[in-house]
Amino acid sequence: MRELTLTRDNALIDPSLQIWGWEIPLYLFLGGLVAGMMIISGYFVFKGRHKEVSCSCVALPLLGIVLLSIGMLALFLDLDHKLYAWRMYTTFQVASPMSWGAWILILVYPALLAGMLVRLPAFLTARLPWLKTYSAKLTASEGATRTVGVVNMLLGAMLGIYTGILLSAFGARPLWNSPVLGLLFLISGLSTAAAFVHLVSRDRHESMMLAKADNGFLAAELALLTLFLIGMVSSTRVHSEAAQLILTGSFAPVFWVFVVGLGILIPLFVQTLAMRGRIAHTPVAPMLVIAGGLILRFVIVYAGQVSHWTKTALTK
Amino acid sequence: MTRYGMVIDTTKCVGCMDCVVACKTENSVPEGFNRDWIAYETNGTYPNLHMEIRSERCNHCDNPPCVYCCPCGASHIHERGGVILVHHNKCSGCKACIAACPYDARFIHPDGYADKCTFCIHRVEHGLEPACIAVCPTRCMHFGDLDDPNSQVNTLLQSRRSSSLLGEAGTKPQIFYLT
Repeated sequence: MRELTLTRDNALIDPSLQIWGWEIPLYLFLGGLVAGMMIISGYFVFKGRHKEVSCSCVALPLLGIVLLSIGMLALFLDLDHKLYAWRMYTTFQVASPMSWGAWILILVYPALLAGMLVRLPAFLTARLPWLKTYSAKLTASEGATRTVGVVNMLLGAMLGIYTGILLSAFGARPLWNSPVLGLLFLISGLSTAAAFVHLVSRDRHESMMLAKADNGFLAAELALLTLFLIGMVSSTRVHSEAAQLILTGSFAPVFWVFVVGLGILIPLFVQTLAMRGRIAHTPVAPMLVIAGGLILRFVIVYAGQVSHWTKTALTK
Repeated sequence: MTRYGMVIDTTKCVGCMDCVVACKTENSVPEGFNRDWIAYETNGTYPNLHMEIRSERCNHCDNPPCVYCCPCGASHIHERGGVILVHHNKCSGCKACIAACPYDARFIHPDGYADKCTFCIHRVEHGLEPACIAVCPTRCMHFGDLDDPNSQVNTLLQSRRSSSLLGEAGTKPQIFYLT
């Protein structure tokens, strides 16, 4: 028997960490979604196919700016010393993933704006006709346009991976401490972004193309999730017990039902049948994918805070 | 170089919490928060039980993840003695340092910044001991320079069996417990 009693009872620390509420998982989800949007729109721009895909290259960059701003607002709301938020931009801390993230976010905005100029939304050109001049200058050069595509893909990948590294760099929280988390969040971001285009695009060809791509992303996400769990379970006892929080513990019902079942397996199955023409396409599948991506961030952030070196070691 | 650390004799500590009260008074630690605390740990199977009482706080680690993860440069290694401190006017309250600490030694002060034990550096710089040590009625706690081979802390570490908390977390804690 091992019993440990502490006289400490600090708010948001004891009995288990609750420092990050809804703001951080929402931000990580939106960050991943925008990362996916940047990679998808960047890919079409790079390939010179931006004229054939209306949703991916017209709506996504502008929407990315809006969604990322909502995410950054959530991030700001989470700060407890809000008047000092600017301090992040007076330094670059090379060992801090959060510092990397703060600066990546600054670079992402101009990349999204450039992406938007490649194919301006009609309502913007109606209100701000001078934008057309810049758009024309940019698209006049094929090299410049392709560069915008490459930059969007690169920064999108950095943004998506950073949202996972942010958590995985915390060695003190065993459930987060996996290098797979960066890729998992990137692929999940790509999957939710593809699902979004599948859901809203009025162009059937584009919608089907992204639904097909999403099936690939979902399969990859499932594989990465499996690798993440294998890595955890086969690691030290604290990591293995941290994994049990989502495999069999208090977070297991939400994880298996909403993340794995409704968020990955069912949409993958439904979309595969639809692609083969067995059933009609349904907007329910991409909606489930997007909800699953959001719940994945909630489960990982909340369960990760519960996972602990000392407390898990005390369970036996 | 000076490297401040603590050596705490668990065979003398009675868990009276004088160190906790002294810290709260000296550092005006707000109600509902503690920079130091007492841990009562029992091991074994009845009737063969062994109890250890420890006064715990920030371990002022030599490999401090709380400093590395800080995006603002607020968490830092103080030039004197390698003490881990927080610049309150640089801290954005992002709480990354709290997530990074395997000892859960940090908290958010009601004013918004991350707060923790400072080894009472304001006293140490004036030649005084940290408040928790100054009041200890059993004199079970010792503060000093771990880099000085003749310091009291080193003499104790060389003559007694000791351990540190969660050494496996890899943070190189600078508080040692004599067992």
